This record gives sequence, structure tokens and C-alpha cells, in this order.
Amino acid sequence: MTRPLPPIVHRKDLTFWQKLYIPEIVRGLKITITQMFRPKFTRQYPEERWVPGAAFRGRPVLVEESGVERCVACGLCSRVCPALAIEVQASESPYWKERYPVKFEINMLRCIFCGFCEEVCPEEAIIMSKEFELTFHSQEDAIFPKEKLLKSKEEMKERLDYLRANR
Amino acid sequence: METLIDIVKIVTVMGILLGVVAYVVLLERRVAAAIQNRIGPNRVGWQGLLQPLADVVKLVMKEDIVPRNAHRFLHDLAPIISISIAMTTFAVIPFGDSITLFGRTIKLQIADINIGVLYILAMTSLGVYGVTLSGWSSNSKYSLLGGLRSSAQMLSYEISMGLAVIGVIMIAGSLRLDRIVEMQSGWMWNIVLQPIGFITFTVAAFAETNRHPFDLPEAEPELVGGYHTEYSGLKFGLFFLAEYSNMVVASALITTLFLGGWQIPYAAEMGLSGNLLSVLQVGAFCAKVLLLVLFFIIVRWTIPRFRYDQLMSLGWKVMLPLAILNILATGLAILLIG
Ligand code: SF4
Ligand code: SF4
Repeated sequence: MTRPLPPIVHRKDLTFWQKLYIPEIVRGLKITITQMFRPKFTRQYPEERWVPGAAFRGRPVLVEESGVERCVACGLCSRVCPALAIEVQASESPYWKERYPVKFEINMLRCIFCGFCEEVCPEEAIIMSKEFELTFHSQEDAIFPKEKLLKSKEEMKERLDYLRANR
Repeated sequence: METLIDIVKIVTVMGILLGVVAYVVLLERRVAAAIQNRIGPNRVGWQGLLQPLADVVKLVMKEDIVPRNAHRFLHDLAPIISISIAMTTFAVIPFGDSITLFGRTIKLQIADINIGVLYILAMTSLGVYGVTLSGWSSNSKYSLLGGLRSSAQMLSYEISMGLAVIGVIMIAGSLRLDRIVEMQSGWMWNIVLQPIGFITFTVAAFAETNRHPFDLPEAEPELVGGYHTEYSGLKFGLFFLAEYSNMVVASALITTLFLGGWQIPYAAEMGLSGNLLSVLQVGAFCAKVLLLVLFFIIVRWTIPRFRYDQLMSLGWKVMLPLAILNILATGLAILLIG
């Protein structure tokens, strides 16, 4: 079996005017000079901040409802996390739900913002927020305990609505 | 007294030149940003005006790394050669007519030597030593290739550069730079009389200063950083400074030879004379140089880099014959018209 030959490309010869090169340089200069006066794309970062839309996957947070986290410590998020960033320890709870996490930690140095934890959670308890400005001074600072992860349901309304609408 | 005046002249000119060079770097970064629809450095000082200072502080604080098995002495010497040659070339360029201070007439030129053009050609050829030595002494293949390319490129373009000036010299009948400037009074600038000479000289100047599109000695995609790959800290800063002062000096040279130097057309008719006129002429010179520097910068962000064989064939097959033809045509014109 013979493979078909690749098509032959006929390049147009340069015209005399193009071969002179200098008119082409002038044309190029005209383009760059007009670009200089076009509006700029740069965002002056610390002053002008970007507010992401609801579809943005920022750092994962735990949803808090009537003062307690929704999480039932099933451990699915910890199991699915490809970066092994989540650690959950379950315990019995006095509330209407039977289990709650005594310890819930996300190591933000490991998290890759994939959103799998959000997808897998049966309780809609862990969801992605809009926060993307994460800096730490030490590795210990990067491990976020439960207190740091909790965000009230009202605060996360936009993302929750988005998830409902798109599931 | 004469020596004192000379020293004052040298110190002022060097100071101004270094300051201008520092700000040309900033100008380049801002213009590059503007062309790419960005803003560029605007944080240090008002509109980034203190950026050069911050850059210098950064460069001085950096560690000076010398590669193992490098030739220590030459490695140190190369940037010094580069920068001192870039600076000394400016010595013969007249940046104004003359100024009268305390009953003394002071020529606005550091050294008024009668072989000014030759001096400049000699000095710019010496500049290649800095680049070649740095390439050789670094004990690195990238540096060596950069240095070799640079010497080949400079040799090829030196010739067309020298031949392009000959037309100007034939018109002026002198190698003195101030004489060449005086000949270009009114609108009789050499760019009008010698358009081909101007183009060949400008292209050769781009190649001589290793600027885009002829910056093969430091072509990043192929040679990492070219001849200054192995340099860091202050020594790298010196190379950087040399590159930009070369650009300023080349612009000053093109201004002097082809754009009428410090001449302001019809200044005498407008009734200007004396010290005021001299100051205005210095201003005109600076303005012309700055516009050329801007041109150098914009060209860098417009034209892609040449391939090495294209560079060589352009140098030997196009530029050289053009320059020779230009000499013949100039000679013919002088013979026929007078
Ligand atoms: S977003 Fe991905 S990486 Fe981050 S905690 Fe959730 S599952 Fe793990
Ligand atoms: S998947 Fe949801 S409910 Fe289960 S442990 Fe994680 S956050 Fe809690």
C-alpha cells in the first residue's frame, strides 16, 4: 500500500517591491506604531482586582448551615482527591446528622483546584470558592483547618445556585 | 585652563551620556510594552522614572559568578573593554557649534581631531574585542559561538559602513566631523544628497551595535544569552550599558553624518544667534538622536531576526555592492555638477 504523496505547495515568488524589503519594513513599522496607541490590556493588579464569575474554581471551602458544617465526614472527598490534600476524621455528632468531622484539613500547597471534591460530595458540603490569592509564609500556614475552611451558606449562594443550575 | 575646560566637558558629557543610556533602557521597556499593548514598568517613582536606579541597585547586589576554568583576567577585562570603547567613541562627536562663556569661546565637542571619521571607525572595530574576548574567556560553548558570530558579523558590516561614509567624506572634502556638520547647513543634509549611503550606513549601524534584526551574537533561542551567558551582576550590567551606549553613539553618529548634526534649518533667517542659538542647536542634536534611538527601539519590536546565512549574504551581496555603487555615483555627480 502506498501512501498518498503530500500535496505540493506552490509558493508565490516575492514581487520586486517585496524583495526590496524596505517598503515591507515601513509597512511593519506602521503596524507596530499604530499598536502603540491602542488600549492596553494590563490590569493594575493590587488596585484593580478581578472578580471571577460563579464558574471559577478557587480554593475549596466547607459550607456552613445554621452554625454547623454540612459535612457528614463520609470521606469521599478525601478518597477522590488526586493530590491527597484532604484529611477527614469522623466522629459522632449530637446534631440531626449522625456524623461530623472532628478534623477537616486541606493542605493548600497540595490542592490543584480540580474540583473533584466538590463533584463527589453527596451533601454539597465542600464547594469551590472565588478566592485565588493564596500566599503562605510557612508550610504549616498552608494547611487550612476547619475553622479557616468554613463559609456560610449565604456567602456561597452564587456558587451553590450555579451548581444546581448546571448539574 | 584649557585642560580644566576639557575635564569639565568630559565629565559633563560622560555624566549626561550615562544618564541618557540608563533612561534609554527604561524607554525601550516602555515602548516595547506599548507595542505589545502592555503598560511596562510604572511602579518605581512617577511613571517608573526611578526604575533605572532600582535596576542598578539590583545588578550591584547580585553575586558575581565566574565559571570554572574561565580565564579570570579576560573574563573581567571584556566588559570593561566594551563599555570604555562605547563611551570613548562619543569623544569626537560635535554636539553643538560653540558657546561663549566669560569671554572664552568653547567648542561643543570634546576632542576636535582632524581624522574624526577614521577615529570612529577604528573605535567601533575595537568594540568587537569586548564581545569576542567575553565569548572566549567564559569557557562555554554558547558564549564562544556568540563571540564568533559577533566578530564575523562586525567584520562584514564594518566594510559597508566604512564605504558608506566615503560618499559623505567626498562631499565634505574633509574627515573632520565638525566640517561635515557645517557642510549640511539649511536643508542640504546628507540624507538628501546621499540616500543610499544613509540606508547602508543605518543598516550597518544596526549590525555593528548588535541590535535587532541583527542581534545574532545574543540570539536567545539558539545561544541562551550569547556572549554574556556566563556573566552576572555588575559585569553583566556593564555589557548591558555598553549595548545601549553603543546604540546612543550610533544614533549620534548617524545624526552627525547624515541628519545635519546640530544644524537647525533656517536658524539664521529666524534671527537667532549667539549663545541662545548654540543651546538650541544642542537641543536639536539631542532631539534628533532621541528620535533615532526611538527608531532603533521600534525596529527591534517590528522585524524578526535574520538567519545567519541571510545576514552574511545581505552584508556581502547587497550592502557592499550598494556602498561601492554609491561611491561611484557620488564621484560622477561631483565631477559633473561640481
Ligand atoms: S480541589 Fe481537587 S485537589 Fe483540591 S482538595 Fe478538592 S479534590 Fe483535592
Ligand atoms: S465528601 Fe462532603 S460530606 Fe463527605 S467528607 Fe467530604 S465534604 Fe464531608
